[in-house]
This record gives sequence, structure tokens and C-alpha cells, in this order.
Amino acid sequence: MDKVMRLASEKDVVVFSKSSCCLCYAITILFQELGVTSTVHEIDQDPEGREMEKTLVRLGCNAPVPAIFVGGRLVGSTNEVMSLHLSGGLIPMLKPYQTWC
Amino acid sequence: MEESKLSIALDINSTCAKVAFVIISKSMNSPTPQFVPSRLSIYEPIHQIGIWGENFKRNGNPNTSTSLIVEVDNKLENESETTSHEMLAPTNNYEQEASKPIDKIQRRLAQNREAARKSRLRKKAYVQQLENSRLKLIQLEQELQRVTQQGLYMGGVSEGSHIGFSGTVTSGIAAFEMEYGRWVDVQHRQICELRTALNAHISDIELRILVKSGMGHYFELFRMKSTVAKADVFYVISGVWKTSAERFFSWIGGFRPSELLKVLVPQLDPLTEQQILEVCNLKQSCQQAEDALSQGMEKLQETVSSTVAGGPVAEDSYIPQVATAMEKLEALVSFVNQADHLRQETLQQMSRILTTRQAARGLLALGEYFHRLRALSTLWATRPPEPSLP
Repeated sequence: MDKVMRLASEKDVVVFSKSSCCLCYAITILFQELGVTSTVHEIDQDPEGREMEKTLVRLGCNAPVPAIFVGGRLVGSTNEVMSLHLSGGLIPMLKPYQTWC
Repeated sequence: MEESKLSIALDINSTCAKVAFVIISKSMNSPTPQFVPSRLSIYEPIHQIGIWGENFKRNGNPNTSTSLIVEVDNKLENESETTSHEMLAPTNNYEQEASKPIDKIQRRLAQNREAARKSRLRKKAYVQQLENSRLKLIQLEQELQRVTQQGLYMGGVSEGSHIGFSGTVTSGIAAFEMEYGRWVDVQHRQICELRTALNAHISDIELRILVKSGMGHYFELFRMKSTVAKADVFYVISGVWKTSAERFFSWIGGFRPSELLKVLVPQLDPLTEQQILEVCNLKQSCQQAEDALSQGMEKLQETVSSTVAGGPVAEDSYIPQVATAMEKLEALVSFVNQADHLRQETLQQMSRILTTRQAARGLLALGEYFHRLRALSTLWATRPPEPSLP
């Protein structure tokens, strides 16, 4: 539990992923398009990966990855992010963290 | 006589009157090589496009259609019937009865009018029957095409691989095929109901019910697709369950949400400033989400490709590569689900932005669009073979 929450609150936009997960990659592409640099943690390459996976599932993600945290708070998985974006709620949420170069 | 009736059945509104006349003249033995009556009489998108334009404009005046039929009828029927229109009332009768009392003439006129009216009603019923048969024929042919293609798909795969489909996969696909056939039928019924309801100007409350069931019908499709994707995701992605024209537009196992918006929005005028803004934002978010998923799919392709191609080719063993690739393909199911989720969200957002009446028009527009794509597929499949060059 701790490691996930710790990592989640360290950076503005955090995505828990697996190196083979292409859906996770799609999410990072979306954030990129919205001007946000997300910090990606590949849990399959983390020694505590199994625990982290269990934590994420316990937190309510039906698929452990991708799990997206914004401002330290869990937004959800791909479904939640997409719904939020289409309803117009994602960009306001990401506004403080947008870094347009 | 029969041929002329068939040609009348082709058309109801004035923009297509020329077509009807040309075919009528063909029945009178004047050559019109550019038309193929047998095809046109069954598959005529012109008719549908005519209706499309009219529906959003006309005030629902039923008399225009029947009077046009009668006008066309007049120019054809040379034989004297008691059921002829009063304009063409047998002139010899007038001469014969000039000497008879006035009320006998009046009675004869009334009889003629009544007979003409009955003739029009009979003609209308016959036309309706023809239309229904035509639709049924189109549906049956499309069903046949789907089943044939499904047969080809299944045959192709089991020949190419050493491992045939498991029983559960084939039954899952067969079940979906049947359900989808029913889904299309219900869809067609719903479109007709929406069209009638919009033209009849029913209350918003009643319209709301139709909109809800229309939306629910799409959500039902996404559920069905999710189930069959678990059995065989390639089946869903290949789009073999759809008609050929629909497949042309396929994106991750279905239509593109942004494409959907492009079809819908022109049909929804007038929109308020607020609505225009929200639709614009929705279009943009859709596009961004689609791009992200498309890039994810590309990455998946690259991954699978490099996995399958990896390892020394000098050796005969490819099992490790293929087995690893299998795991990666599991992700395809997630992508199909995500794409459907995007479609569902797009529909829901549109229904939130629009008024009930606009949403009804939108659903009609969308349903009609896919209906036409299916008709296009049928027309394409039955086009005449290319003439061989000398």
C-alpha cells in the first residue's frame, strides 16, 4: 500500500504500468497530447511489483494497470480517464500540471 | 399492366418521378439501356435518399403521394375500367346520358369518385406490400452474404492453422451471428418508429422513451461484442460480421466515434451557441482519445511482430516466440473494449448535450446512415460483372 501511495504522491501525474502494456502506452500518449508529462512506473520491473499489483486492485482498479493518479489521488483506469476526457473533466483536472514547452 | 404497377411502386416523391416515367416508357418498348429495371425495382437507394431529404422538411401531407400515383396511372391506363379517375371518366358515357335526368349523372359521378378512391387505396396497399417484400429481400440477401462470409472466414482459418477452433469459440461466434441479425432487424424497426414519431410531432415525453430505447440498443451491441471478443477477438476486429461497406470504415472493431459525430452534427441544426461549443469540445476529445488508442494499437502490432519474428530462424522451433506472442494478443481484447467504451461514451455525451428532439433526430440520422451503408454493400455485391474488353 505504502509504496504505491508514496510513488503516487511524489509526482503530479503518475501512471502505473507494465512494460508490455500497450494500453498504458496509449494513456501516456493521451497525456502527452494534453501537454502533461506523466511519470510511469513499470510494476513488472519493480521487485515489489506483485504487492503493488494487489494494492492497485484493492484500491478499486479492475485491471491493475494502467492505474492513473493525478495530484496524488487515484483517477482510475483507462475507462475512467476516457470518460472523464469526453465529459470535459480531464483537462481542468490536468490544468495545474500542464507543461507546454 | 403488372410492369407498370411495379414501376409505380418504385417511387412516391417528385424528385424520382423521372425514373418512374423512364421505366414506364421501357414497358412500352422504348429503349432505355441505362436503366436496369429488375435491379432498380428491388434496390433503389434513390428512393431512400429522396425520403431522407423530404422527411425533415415535409409537413406530413399524405395526399401528395397518392395523387401522384394516380396522375402517373392516368397516363398509362388506356383500357376503360369502371375504376378510372374521374378526370378520365369514360367520355362516351356523358354523350349517352346527356338526355337522362341530372341526378343520374350526379350518381354516376359519385360512383366514379368512389371507385377511383377505392382504386387508389388498393394501389396504396399493393405498393406497401411491394415495399415490405423488397425490404425483406434485401435483408435476406444481406443475411446470406454475412453467413457466406462467415463460412469463408471459418474455412480459411481452419485450413491455415493446425489447431482448429474449439467448440466454445464456434458456438460463441454462431450465437453472436444470430443475435446480431436480430439486432439489425430491431434497429431497422426503431429507425422507422423514430421517423414516424418525428413526423407526427409526438410529445417530448414519448420521444424520450424512443431515444432511451435507441441508446440502449447500441449499448446492447457493445455488450454482445464484448462477449464474443472474449471467445475470438480477431472475429470482432476483422469486422466480418458487418457488411463490406461498414467494414471499410472499421476502426478497432467498429465505427470511429469522431466519424459518428461528423455524420450526426449536420443533421442537428439548429444548435445553440453552448451546444456548438460542447460538441466542438467533444469532437476534439474524441479525436485525441482515438489517436491515443490508435498509437497503442500500433505499438501492440510492433510488439507482436517483433516477438513472432524474433529468435533464430535457422532453427525449426518457433513455439517460444508464438507462445509469447499469444500472451501479447490478449491485450487486443482490452483495446476492443476500450474502443467500444469510447463509442458508448460519445453517444452518452451527445445525448446529454442535445435536447430530446435533437437526440431523436441524431439517432435517426445514425441508424439511417448504417442502414444505407448496408444497402450500399448489397448493391455493390450484386453489381453486374465488368464487361470483358475485346
